[in-house]
Amino acid sequence: MSLAENQALPTEVRGDADELRRARTAQIERVAKWAAPVTIMILAIIGWGWIVVANEIPHYILPGPDRVWGSLVDDWGMLIDAAYLTGGITLLALLLAVVGGAGLAILFNQSKLLELSFYPYAVILQVTPVVSIAPLIFIYVDSKVAGMLLCAWLVASFPVLSSTTLGLNSVDHNLRDLFRIYGASRWQRLRFLQLPSVLPYFLGGLKIAGGLSLIGAVVAELVAGTGGIGSGLAFRIQEAGYRLNIARMFAALALVAAMGVFIFAALSVLSHLLLKNWHESAVKREV
Amino acid sequence: MAVRHHETMPLGQRAPLLRMTHVDKVFGGDVVALKDMNLQVNQGDFISLLGPSGCGKSTALRIISDLMHPTHGRVDWEGPHGRGDLGVVFQEPTLMPWATVAQNVWLPFRLAGKSYSEVKDDVLEVLRLVGLEKFLNAYPRELSGGMKMRVSIARAIVTNPRLILMDEPFAALDEITRHKLNNDLLKLKDQIGCTVIFVTHSVFESVFLSDRIVVMAARPGRVLTELEVDTPYPRGEEFRTSPEYAAHARRASEALKEAMGEPA
Repeated sequence: MSLAENQALPTEVRGDADELRRARTAQIERVAKWAAPVTIMILAIIGWGWIVVANEIPHYILPGPDRVWGSLVDDWGMLIDAAYLTGGITLLALLLAVVGGAGLAILFNQSKLLELSFYPYAVILQVTPVVSIAPLIFIYVDSKVAGMLLCAWLVASFPVLSSTTLGLNSVDHNLRDLFRIYGASRWQRLRFLQLPSVLPYFLGGLKIAGGLSLIGAVVAELVAGTGGIGSGLAFRIQEAGYRLNIARMFAALALVAAMGVFIFAALSVLSHLLLKNWHESAVKREV
Repeated sequence: MAVRHHETMPLGQRAPLLRMTHVDKVFGGDVVALKDMNLQVNQGDFISLLGPSGCGKSTALRIISDLMHPTHGRVDWEGPHGRGDLGVVFQEPTLMPWATVAQNVWLPFRLAGKSYSEVKDDVLEVLRLVGLEKFLNAYPRELSGGMKMRVSIARAIVTNPRLILMDEPFAALDEITRHKLNNDLLKLKDQIGCTVIFVTHSVFESVFLSDRIVVMAARPGRVLTELEVDTPYPRGEEFRTSPEYAAHARRASEALKEAMGEPA
């Protein structure tokens, strides 16, 4: 067994025309990955501004980008407070979704009877739109925060539950046999075999749950309104709409979107860090 | 030295290790996977189970490793038998992709509650035996197919098992790698004197490796005949081209043809 087959290729490719072309394409793609979407955004903002000016659209119908930017700057204090609230609820709900979803999946995996009994109800809760459950929740749950957390948890925990369940059931059967032959206990099997195998599936579910917990938090805010606990971004959007402050609606919307992007990016980085050593999805391939 | 060397006696003088007596395995009430299998495994045997698909080779291994219970009949070990007394190599390397080579080889000990520092020397030694001591901290995806198989073999021998089961371990490898691994497996056998049951489809592999070839037939899965390959170990590359080897291979081929239901 020689070392040669395992040695990395030299990083600087100096080869035939094919390889040079491939290197050039890769270079272009690396730049375009960022440059192309940014260009599109700039063009869209310019086009938007031009449409507003050219058609003399009043700002209470469609504000130009300058007004939205102005609102973002002027109302920054109020918006950032709202963002903290919405973000806090979202993150807390995501945390609970991870604990609840993964915990349930592991429980279900340990006991077939539990799974048979409760899995259908998890599905029913998931397929019932949270918007239609939320008003009921706020009738019975006094605390606004608890109600909002519950709404967000309801939507966010299912992807974690289902992807973790899938992962727990996808453990390499030969490895499972090997563990049996070496007399592994239930706990050892869970700790050394199932949990590591489940990680890529769990992280996939987590990325979806991140987006869903934000949706859950926003829906909960719209239903709950304000009262005592301050106002989140969704409530600010609604309120600004009543006042025909369309610019502030856009500004708050931009913050919600930014929050969603941030959550997705953070979870992608987490996933990459946890899987980079061994999982196909995170391993860089030559060519 | 952690990995013990067992003296291998000549055929006919070996102490018994395990006995399968009248073992039947029936699936779903009517599919007979294995019918009346009798096999005595002795210390130092290198037994090949040779036969077509569906002859019950893998079922026999699963019954020996207690992953499956026989419908009738019994499997008896000579003397006390516990965990770590059996090493297994599957057709796929079956490594944990999230663990390094060293951690993979540590697994049997880890499941027995031993810390890495306790057994580090054993892990290093078996990795040296399979020629992978430099790849301690590599992850499986960084290794070639043959190297992964070596890790798998290292894991199977690290506990000093009384018996090693190999279920077509090299079937998925290319011819060149397979030759090399066959040579190295025999070298390993000479070094540690292990007892092996090796399942294969290949007449040449079985003749080269083993001193007992158990030929099996399908539908129902059963033992047809047993051949002895009395060429003494160590066997080197020159054995592959010897007239002796050709004669053994011819006998085994004829037995296999009969097992496949063709006239010999």
